[in-house]
Amino acid sequence: MSAALLIFFVLAGLAVLGAVALILQSHPIHSALSLILVMLSLAGLYLLMGAEFVAAVQIIVYGGAVMVLFVFVIMLLNAGEEERTNFSKLATFAGVPLALALGGVIAAAIARSSGHLPAPAANGALTPTRELSKLLFSEFVYPFELTSFLILVAIIGAIVLAQREN
Amino acid sequence: MNAIFAQYGFLIVAIVKVILLVLIVLTADAYLTWLERKVIGHIQARWGPYRVGPHGLLQPLADGIKFILKEDPLPEGVDKKAYFFAPFLTLMLALTSLAVIPFGPDITVFGYRTNFGIADINISLLALFAITALSVYGIALAGWGSNNKYSLLGGLRSSAQMISYELAMTLSVVGVLLIAGTLSLKEIVEQQANGNLGLLGWNIIGFSKDHAGLTQIIGCFCFFMAAIAETNRVPFDLPEAESELVAGYHTEYASMKFAMFFIGEYTAMITVSCLSTILFFGGWLSPFPASWTLTHYVPSLILVPLGLWVFFDGIRYETIFGRIVLPGIGSVLTLLGLGLFAAPAINELIQGPFWFFVKVFAVLFFYIWMRGTLPRFRYDQLMDFGWKILLPVSIANVVLTSAFILWRMQG
Repeated sequence: MSAALLIFFVLAGLAVLGAVALILQSHPIHSALSLILVMLSLAGLYLLMGAEFVAAVQIIVYGGAVMVLFVFVIMLLNAGEEERTNFSKLATFAGVPLALALGGVIAAAIARSSGHLPAPAANGALTPTRELSKLLFSEFVYPFELTSFLILVAIIGAIVLAQREN
Repeated sequence: MNAIFAQYGFLIVAIVKVILLVLIVLTADAYLTWLERKVIGHIQARWGPYRVGPHGLLQPLADGIKFILKEDPLPEGVDKKAYFFAPFLTLMLALTSLAVIPFGPDITVFGYRTNFGIADINISLLALFAITALSVYGIALAGWGSNNKYSLLGGLRSSAQMISYELAMTLSVVGVLLIAGTLSLKEIVEQQANGNLGLLGWNIIGFSKDHAGLTQIIGCFCFFMAAIAETNRVPFDLPEAESELVAGYHTEYASMKFAMFFIGEYTAMITVSCLSTILFFGGWLSPFPASWTLTHYVPSLILVPLGLWVFFDGIRYETIFGRIVLPGIGSVLTLLGLGLFAAPAINELIQGPFWFFVKVFAVLFFYIWMRGTLPRFRYDQLMDFGWKILLPVSIANVVLTSAFILWRMQG
């Protein structure tokens, strides 16, 4: 087993572990911390695929800013332990089979298309940030600008919502 | 032996560098606390530490022993996971962030060429920001996990402060990035050497070859202010404001766990000083143009008088220990300075690290100076300053710098 594959399995395992822990933890802060673990493992996976810029941005934006905000709000509201309730009947008889079916469909789709997916960059070859930015600001400039416009709309919306009360 | 070294050389060198750096940084942290107390003492017309060792030089050692020996009580009702994890996280991230800092140009030792620093990566600046972005969790978790309202308030303040100032800090370096065209700290420094202008080529003055007169002084101001807020230092030390919150997020920590926060904070100070040196003050470059070879003797010219001063100051000292140790250090420094005259090869090797150290020391001194001079911000002032002044000014800096570069490219 090559080192890259080994690292992949460790990171993927951590990501799955974090995701499961996110649901199973009873305290919101512990759930948020599990989500941070997922974000960091994903950043590691991006790096493994040679996307250094995306990996760093994943940590800065998701691991840093977004999750800090989550933790901040949970701490501010001083949310306590969640009570564990019994599974509802609907969840047992409809939810679990549906979740398994969805998992199966996704797994089958990935298994089928794995043949034509482009291989990740060979050992240690990184996509330079310069190339990425050139692509972003030439070929994909319209989607990029549209996305920033969307974010602007969201920011203004958030401010309007916050201002409504006073 | 050679075969093993050829195969695992990178790994061996990396491990040796990590161990060396950790030892040096921990010692530097200890003596930074000494320097801080000494400087603030003199600012306030006191002596500062004076009893333990000559000039209180053994005070950090005494503090260290105290930290290890103190009782470490576990407060009731803490969230154990968060409470124990927080100090480790803080210290770990603070030490990790130093890994991407280049302390000097590439060096060749016994025919093995290596970078002066642990990791030389393409996106070292982004990596550094990524690590700093995570460091808030240490403080937030400590505040939340301690089951104490003062700690919680400290943790909350810290999260809000870090989110607010991270924006300004990231935007303030964009100007430098636009000029340098790279995210690698090493290349940012090398770019400032263009044009052989010495001090004038540094980004803060900006007469380097490509962008004459494009000063980044606004960016430097914004970066340094935001960085002080990120490291929770005066005048932005609201997360641990002792007059309001006892000790803020580390109120419930004692002994080594408290020391870990402390070391983490001082290491973060060192990192920030290194980063501002690299981004705005030319990193390891000498303030003189590279062609003035005579200036390569400046380290000796500083070391020899310093050594002699320490020597004669030590002789006057009254305790036996002071009489032996200070003259000993003084003679070593003097001999080192004289030795550099005699061995030009070694003199060349230490030029980069010497200037880097001098600049980092100056920035650290400025940090302490600010602590001794400025009062603490009020919380609303802190938020106003971050969002209404620093952020717009750093955005304006980005726009101005881009416009200037565009104009230069066309003209």
